[in-house]
Order: sequence, then C-alpha cells, then structure tokens
Amino acid sequence: MSVFTIREERCKGCGICVTFCPKQVLEVDELSKVHAVRKEDCIGCGQCELLCPDFAIFVDKVDKEAAK
Amino acid sequence: MMERSYEKYFRENRLPHIWCPGCGNGLAMKAIVMAIEEKGLSQDETVIVSGIGCSSRASGYMDFDTLHTAHGRAIPFATGIKLANPKLHVIVITGDGDCTAIGGNHFIHGCRRNVDLTVIMFNNEIYGMTGGQGSPTTPLGRLTTTAPYGTSVRPFDACHIAMAAGATYVARSTAYHVRHLAKLIGEGIDNKGFSFIEAYVQCPTAYGRKNRLGDGGAMMKWMRDNAVQLSAWEKLPEEKRQGKFPIGCFLKREAEDFNMAYNELVNRAGGAR
Repeated sequence: MSVFTIREERCKGCGICVTFCPKQVLEVDELSKVHAVRKEDCIGCGQCELLCPDFAIFVDKVDKEAAK
Repeated sequence: MMERSYEKYFRENRLPHIWCPGCGNGLAMKAIVMAIEEKGLSQDETVIVSGIGCSSRASGYMDFDTLHTAHGRAIPFATGIKLANPKLHVIVITGDGDCTAIGGNHFIHGCRRNVDLTVIMFNNEIYGMTGGQGSPTTPLGRLTTTAPYGTSVRPFDACHIAMAAGATYVARSTAYHVRHLAKLIGEGIDNKGFSFIEAYVQCPTAYGRKNRLGDGGAMMKWMRDNAVQLSAWEKLPEEKRQGKFPIGCFLKREAEDFNMAYNELVNRAGGAR
C-alpha cells in the first residue's frame, strides 16, 4: 500500500510517470494533472517519483498494518 | 509525507520551472542535487555557474550561490571563481550549444588547463530555447528548423572532445538513468581537476516533435533501450553498435590541476605580494 503526494502546482501532465508505471496506477486528467486512480495496484517501486522531471509526485510505501 | 531531503537545495518560490512538459532538464538537475547531497557539500561553499540556454536556467532554481553568465562563457567565469577562492566547489551547468558551439574554445581550454571544475553538459541535441535550430551535437540526418531536409554535418561527441583536450574525468549518462547520472556527477565532484559529465536529456518540444520521436516518456524509453553500459559496449561487435551509444565513466586520469600549477608558478616567481 502506498500514499501518493501530488503537488499539482508543479505537475505539467507530461505523462512520464504514467509511461513508466509498471502497474498503470496513474492517469493524467483533461486539465493536465496526474492522479493516482488505481492506488490499490501500486507496488511502491518509486519509478514515478524518480523519473518526474517536475518534482511533483511522491510515493511513500506504508505498512499495511499501520495504515489501518 | 516526509519532505524529500533534496528539496532543500531548490528555491521553492521559483518552482515550477519553465521547462516544457516532458523535458529531461529537471531530471538532470535532480541528479545534480542528489550528487551534491551525497557528497555533503555545503550550500554556502558550492557555486553553480551556468551559461545561456534551456539547461542554464537550472542555476536559478537551485539554492546555492549561483551565477547565470554570458552565452558560452560559464567555464571562464567558473575558472575565475575557483582561482579567487579555491575552497569553493564550483559546478558548471551548460548545454550542448552553449558548451560546444558558442563556448567551444572555452570548453577545450578549460579541459586543457585542468581547472578543478565539475562541468555538466545537458545534451538535448538541439537549441531548444530559440526554436529548434540544429546544434553541433544534432545527429546526422535529423530534422531541425535550420535543416528542414535533415542535417548534413556530422555531430560532435563532446566526451571525445573533453578526453582529447585533457579533462581528467569524462563520463556520460542519460535523464532516464537518474541514479547512475548522480553517481557519475558525484565522482566528478570528487575528482580534483576538470570533470566533464554529459547528461543526455530529451527535448520533446523542439527535437522530438520535429523528428517524430514521441513525448518525453517515449524518448526516455529510447534512452533506456539504446544506452549501453561501457563494459558491455566494449564487447559489442561493430554491427550491433548501430543506433546505440555508450554510457558510464570513459576516462579518469591524474594530472596537476590549474590552481596548484598556478601557485607553483607564483612561488617560482618570488611569491605573491
């Protein structure tokens, strides 16, 4: 389970995170902002955060038990 | 969310940056701050010097003592800083046009003098900011606004120039390989002498669109699939090298740096008064 922090003011909707997400968790909306639409599929690999050129998306892996 | 540790190196009020959606410059800038953080450089004792161009906007977003200089002249300004105050870590951010065309001579003579600088050249293979004119690194046959039927001139390999001109550390990585790039920049910071790191970045707006290379993500996939680590590249037969390019550290050598050589000269001449 992962927690997403998306800084919308920084996101330009380039879609690099969408391209490299191995689980198709992310989607860019019509206003060119990214959203985590399938959070439950996230495996917490961190590719979206590492490859975001705008420092807009952050993903933190959380313990399942702690999240409850 | 815990704020990421590298965020403190950015000027928060200057973000979001002006680079186009999908541009790789942000990734190269991220790699630089990751390297600075890893090496534990102080923000007060690190100077970022940049020239002119898309890449050189980076100095404005980074919270250090920064200098945005004249076109192609980042290396001479940086040389001055390093000579005046040798304890500073001087990092130069430049682009392919800024470094190999407008500042070509400054670049080769910076290498020759072996000034203790870390030069990171963002290579997007085009003049992005001015509208997509062909640069010295535009590959043969690629379309640009100044070459609508394709470039007819062979490109420079900036790493080869740096090696031939006398740099003491030469490496290349890409925007896709952020951690690898950060590691190479870190090695460049450690090297006492002229370190040159080429960061291959994508320009989806001027270069990718004209050459139908897709968006930023598609261009980064191309880097992922075609960049070959140097150790594997050396074993690759010539016919399989077609369309691929090597990444990694190409050269590391020992040579006296400019500050030391200059101090010796001063002593030989009777010392500074």
